[in-house]
Amino acid sequence: MAHDPVISMLGTTALLLEAHGETSLETQQRIWSLSAEVCNWPEVLEAVPGMNNLMLCFRQPPLDPQPLIRGLLDAWRRAKPMAVEGRTIELPVVYGGETGPHMADVMAHTGLDAQEIAEIHCAPLYPVYALGSHPGYCYLGGMDHRIATPRRKTPVLKIPGGAVSIGGFQTGVSASDGPSGWNTIGSTSLSFFDVTKQPPTLLQPGDCIRFRIERVVQ
Amino acid sequence: MIEILSSTALATVQDLGRFGALGWGVSHSGAMDRLALTAGNILLGNDDNAAAVEIPILPFKVRFHHSCTIVLTGADHLARLDEVPLLPWLVAPVQAGQVLTVERGGPSRWQASRVYLCVAGGIDVPLALGSRSTQLRGQFGGHGGRTLQQGDHLPVGVASDVHCPAGMGVVPPALSMPLMVEGTQAIRVLRAAEYEAFTDHSCAEFWAKNWKITSQSDRYGYRLSGPMIEPKVPLELRSHGIVPGVIQVPHGGQPIIQMRDAQPSGGYPKIGTVIDADLWRLGQAPIGSPIRFVEVTWAEAVEALQDVTDWLDEVRRMVALGRTVQKGAGHDQ
Repeated sequence: MAHDPVISMLGTTALLLEAHGETSLETQQRIWSLSAEVCNWPEVLEAVPGMNNLMLCFRQPPLDPQPLIRGLLDAWRRAKPMAVEGRTIELPVVYGGETGPHMADVMAHTGLDAQEIAEIHCAPLYPVYALGSHPGYCYLGGMDHRIATPRRKTPVLKIPGGAVSIGGFQTGVSASDGPSGWNTIGSTSLSFFDVTKQPPTLLQPGDCIRFRIERVVQ
Repeated sequence: MIEILSSTALATVQDLGRFGALGWGVSHSGAMDRLALTAGNILLGNDDNAAAVEIPILPFKVRFHHSCTIVLTGADHLARLDEVPLLPWLVAPVQAGQVLTVERGGPSRWQASRVYLCVAGGIDVPLALGSRSTQLRGQFGGHGGRTLQQGDHLPVGVASDVHCPAGMGVVPPALSMPLMVEGTQAIRVLRAAEYEAFTDHSCAEFWAKNWKITSQSDRYGYRLSGPMIEPKVPLELRSHGIVPGVIQVPHGGQPIIQMRDAQPSGGYPKIGTVIDADLWRLGQAPIGSPIRFVEVTWAEAVEALQDVTDWLDEVRRMVALGRTVQKGAGHDQ
């Protein structure tokens, strides 16, 4: 079929299904729906939604992955968008300055100034599409393409927790210190992960984040 | 109780890993050399998944506050209990108060970098999301979610009643299952989704040339240096799940192999994935050493996993046999 997703193997431990077309919330809702179905399949250890894609980790690598791939494609064709009524969290952000060390790179790439970038970045209500990267980190949908900036040529070895960053057409907030290939444009402070809680993450797919300009450092 | 005496950084508590939490952004963690950990646990009568201390930098020194049974697996090294030399991959009894010192050196039969201190009963730190492995990024699991420091005390679990015969040992897997190409450590790789998106020249170089593991390599990932790997056109991918072994090529053209602490998602183009069966080899490859990638098919990758299972089954069989022989010898006396 013309709009079938692309399926590829991640070594022998997992496979990846990538939906066709522009990144959209409707496609993501189908990904959530597919994830909820296939996570109960006996050969699946875990189903992990990404940005309009889904990774399946195997309990054991199948001798022949083709039947699983066919089953997955059938399930995708049947999958209806699953709407999630989530919460909205507001995050004040200091843009630019010491805690936004790559703001200059985003300015150079987009031709916009820091104030414009901050305003464009704050405008949308961002749905949490998926969690990943590190404990509690949320991948957000809906960033304005005017501020899209390619990932860095080489990942930075350590960016601090609370870093607000842009990677390609995506944006997000680091939940703890660590390496990142994204461009850090600002910072916020909020705890996204607590291992003692069930679930341990503050936000789930379907929740929303609203950024608010606290300050723009020129 | 085990007391850490050395101030050498980067040792961590690890079991086989934490599974089922990728959807919260929590990576697998776990031993970089799962064969060394599992074999150590089999020798001691532990559950395969019991936790041990992974030691990437020597020297390393600990004091045992209680009598127990240990085995040191993984990389070759020179070890002594107080002043008595201790052989690698060999079960040994320890008396309360004894000090274990592990230093660089030893037979050096192969190039390797990580030693595992396995204890009968396992390192009994609390489970966090189902595992005792240290989650460095999330600062939980293991001992306080961090690398071990001088003065740390690690609890030891109750040893199983399966008797661990002192002097029982196994031949390290790097010696019984070597994998070399033209004298270089070979690592088997399956093509990944964006393989075709790289230039033909880059793909040819990827397989043909040696790759050096740079000093910017750790439990998160190995950054390699070698020929430039270039895409036909620049790629920006949507973030997606990744697993240990995935070889990403950032725009700089130098590959990064995701290792045990790798983040569970990424967006750089993927040229290949190191097969699960060879991740332990890579986990032992020292910084500065060369590796060579060898392409395999799906069937070969699955068969290689069976070889690993067979090796562990052979260790199990041999250990069971050793116990029987020792029991028999005991009756004769």
